[in-house]
Amino acid sequence: MTRDHATETVLEIAGLTVGIGRTEILRGVNLSLKAGRIQGLAGESGSGKTMTGLAVMGLLPSGSRVTGSITYGDLELVGLSARRRNALRGTAMAMVFQDPSTSLHPMLSVSAQLTDHLRHHLGISRGAARDRAVELLDTVRIPDPAGALRRYPHQFSGGQRQRIAIAIALACSPRILIADEPTTALDVTVQAGVLHLLRDLASEMGLAVLLVTHDLGVMSAVADRVAVMRHGEVVENGERHQVFTAPAHPYTASLLASLPGAAGGVQSLDDVRALEGL
Amino acid sequence: MTGGWQPAEQAGRVGAALLDVSGLRVTYRGRPPVRAVDGVELTVAAGQVVGLVGESGCGKSTVARAICGLVKREAGTVTFDGTPVTTLGLRRRPAELTRIQMVFQDPYASLHPRRAIGVQIGDGVRAAMARGATSSAPSVWLERVGLDPAAASRYPHEFSGGQRQRIAIARSLAARPDLLIGDEPISALDASTQAVVAALMRDLAVESGAGLLFISHDLSVVRLIADRLVVMYRGRIVESGAAEDIWRDPQHPYTQALLAAVPVPDGSGRMPAPPADDAEYPLQAVLR
Repeated sequence: MTRDHATETVLEIAGLTVGIGRTEILRGVNLSLKAGRIQGLAGESGSGKTMTGLAVMGLLPSGSRVTGSITYGDLELVGLSARRRNALRGTAMAMVFQDPSTSLHPMLSVSAQLTDHLRHHLGISRGAARDRAVELLDTVRIPDPAGALRRYPHQFSGGQRQRIAIAIALACSPRILIADEPTTALDVTVQAGVLHLLRDLASEMGLAVLLVTHDLGVMSAVADRVAVMRHGEVVENGERHQVFTAPAHPYTASLLASLPGAAGGVQSLDDVRALEGL
Repeated sequence: MTGGWQPAEQAGRVGAALLDVSGLRVTYRGRPPVRAVDGVELTVAAGQVVGLVGESGCGKSTVARAICGLVKREAGTVTFDGTPVTTLGLRRRPAELTRIQMVFQDPYASLHPRRAIGVQIGDGVRAAMARGATSSAPSVWLERVGLDPAAASRYPHEFSGGQRQRIAIARSLAARPDLLIGDEPISALDASTQAVVAALMRDLAVESGAGLLFISHDLSVVRLIADRLVVMYRGRIVESGAAEDIWRDPQHPYTQALLAAVPVPDGSGRMPAPPADDAEYPLQAVLR
């Protein structure tokens, strides 16, 4: 993978520490997102993966104490005013959440959710917004995109809804897409299609993707680099193949050891029983 | 109540069909009505672990609920140890049927937040004793599922998701079931604890001579613990057979697509194969 050298760093997170109340939920996180690449962020529930994504979006709970730096180009995002942060959301960075049935409004048509958004951010005419919406739905491979605009979220399958949520995220051509467990609520056969889409979006549109997931199978399929979080810290970050086959941190090794199908992972019931004995 | 562990009464009868589901059909009312399960045949023997897999909406949870009598059957029979299982109504379930126990998906919802876990495991113990079976003290059950026996006085919120599911398993086992049903019991858990909790359920069920029906969409874990696999698609069983055979050499096109779509955490960057958007699979079953 030689294109690594040519890819440009879009976002740099350095020494990011976030505290809420008396707890530090992120402790000195370093990560960089590069155009056209998928940076995976793995870890168990509560490890700080989602908080890292929210910090990039500027969507941390109010009252969070943030130190360290998140730079987008030359712009420092930590400490930026709410108004300027708001202007960046959607246009510089966008997010897709786990459950498309809650992230889409159930009572608004796809058109309302997609074209309103476009007109608000881009200030374009109704007709132009519609053309762009059709184009976006086509990009995420929704069949009959023009007809899909008139329909409502419940008329789509779970996988299609997640594609629509991705289309909305991409509406204002962000350079960064944060995908937080984007396939966790989907069936495996549907998941496979969404993973292909994410892969293609990164390589074809040069999108920098931060893929947050606990599913190391998903990670292994699409991530270029994999970072592993635990207790708010990134304990390991490296090329996908290296992290999976020669993990540098014992925690990563222990995660892999518990998985069927991973190198060094459990292959039989006896392997699992041996784990339990530890 | 006796201390220690005693094998269940039927432990010697491994192999006999304990659960026999025949021609099961369940339709949910609505416009249009939804036929969730259509002609399912299934047996679970004592000491046997059957994995029931399929994607959301295929009817696997409905099968589990019909076996427990939690949903009304439109057609077909569910026979447990020779006697038909009746649909649960307003009356209390016959004591005999507490020999079927269920572990649900979400241990945050299935445990009462304001009752100490020892008291909740005690519910299982009382269910066993109500039909004249012996059980052990809650602390013994906690120990069996790998938790601290001194934790009986603590409350669910003091435990992690994986620990809560162990508590739910302890409660089910305390009722000394002859048939344990797990309806997606590992899908709410962190990946690192899934295989361990699944293996624990298997071992405890089999040790006591009970049958286990383990429902999951996670094929990679199910094949580790199941003797037999049953694959459901659109309310029907499309393939069944020995777990290893199906995993190694799936015969039905749907099973093949399902297995091909599972991403393998080997770091290879190999993409799982997505089936065509409009993929339709034959409903003709491959039984072996």
